[in-house]
Amino acid sequence: MIALLTRDLRLAIRAGGGFGLGLAFFLIVVTLVPFGVGPQGDILARIASGILWLGALLACLLSLDRIFALDYEDGSLDLLATAPIPLEAVVTVKALAHWITTGLPLVLAAPLFAVLLHLPGPAYLWLEVSLLLGTPALSVLGTFGAALTVGLKRGGLLLSLLVLPLYVPTLIFGAELVRRGAEGMAIEVPLTMLAGITAATIALVPFASAAAIRVNLR
Amino acid sequence: MSIWEYANPVKFMQTSGWLLPWVFGATVLTLVPGLVWGFFFTPLAEEFGATVKVIYVHVPAATLAINIWVMMLVTSLIWLIRRHHVSALAAKAAAPIGMVMTLIALITGALWGQPMWGTWWEWDPRLTSFLILFLFYLGYMALWEAIENPDTAADLTGVLCLVGSVFAVLSRYAAIFWNQGLHQGSTLSLDSEEHISDVYWQPLVLSIVGFGLLFVTLLLLRTRTEIRSRRLKALEQRERMA
Repeated sequence: MIALLTRDLRLAIRAGGGFGLGLAFFLIVVTLVPFGVGPQGDILARIASGILWLGALLACLLSLDRIFALDYEDGSLDLLATAPIPLEAVVTVKALAHWITTGLPLVLAAPLFAVLLHLPGPAYLWLEVSLLLGTPALSVLGTFGAALTVGLKRGGLLLSLLVLPLYVPTLIFGAELVRRGAEGMAIEVPLTMLAGITAATIALVPFASAAAIRVNLR
Repeated sequence: MSIWEYANPVKFMQTSGWLLPWVFGATVLTLVPGLVWGFFFTPLAEEFGATVKVIYVHVPAATLAINIWVMMLVTSLIWLIRRHHVSALAAKAAAPIGMVMTLIALITGALWGQPMWGTWWEWDPRLTSFLILFLFYLGYMALWEAIENPDTAADLTGVLCLVGSVFAVLSRYAAIFWNQGLHQGSTLSLDSEEHISDVYWQPLVLSIVGFGLLFVTLLLLRTRTEIRSRRLKALEQRERMA
């Protein structure tokens, strides 16, 4: 499993763009929003948490189709499916690799981008917490969408249609956590719900993804 | 008589062909009186005025929109567990009907909301979760369209339906938490203390039964069409082989 993880990470870094592209996309989203809504600081501060979450979500979506596509094309997915470790574990490792290459950089860069959007001071901590708790769920759910569309020639658009509705609960609780943090309100409920959704997603969704891959490899 | 008999398409075609005119007749006999009664022979509600009439389309459509998804969930499970081909086709046939019902519920809701709440759309939990349900229907149908091999498509959409159900419910409760709503609570409870006044309730129940039967009629029709088109494809393939 560790070998698979290092392999995936190495592939993502050496193929180029793995780390950079998602981040650049995130930056572009953050840059474009003030052009759309105007440069007034108070408006930006109010919507900053939502924009940061949306940006992270879209940046994550951008790289989903590559999770299984390359392995499917060159046949290594067949090898992984027949390998001694269960396919569910393969999926989990793939999701982890995806998170390290896209989710983690987003989490690390988010405070910098938050400065651009005048995010209020107390919210920074909760922005980090919410992204750290929420983005793993985005990656794991992404493997499910990627597994469903892996056999398709042009699955990209379909993938977003399938995956984005699944992101709704995570987005709601994640953005709500930051918003409440910014206003100094009680944060226990969104915090525990976000953590709970992520934990359940990591525990259960790999089974669905693995089932979908098995169907596609048949 | 068990549902496993109808895994055989020929048997299903026979029975559904026999059933179809009866169900269609029952649909006409309930839907038409239900709607006519509701539209023309009920008093205007005090605070709602004539807009109360929307309820006879809005509530049945909304009820169906949710229940059709549940039906798709059950048929998908039956397909995934026991490879019941007709069941998979029924799920496929139900999806567009469910999508249209969701759309009807949303549109009639907007038409009702405008005079009542003064807004076409409000990010109310019920409205929001219906919009999300609509997206789930779209994704489900798009996946069916995208995959060529029918068995693969049935499997993958089945799995999507299972995962989607969990997340649809989750989104519903997340939306409740996220925003307090304008939408009124239960109008339909069987407890007569709770539900709306009988004058409206009786035609409403009749309309709901009518809509339900309409769904069954359309479902049988669409499933039969799916079976026929599957047969046609098989014949064409055989022709090409020969």
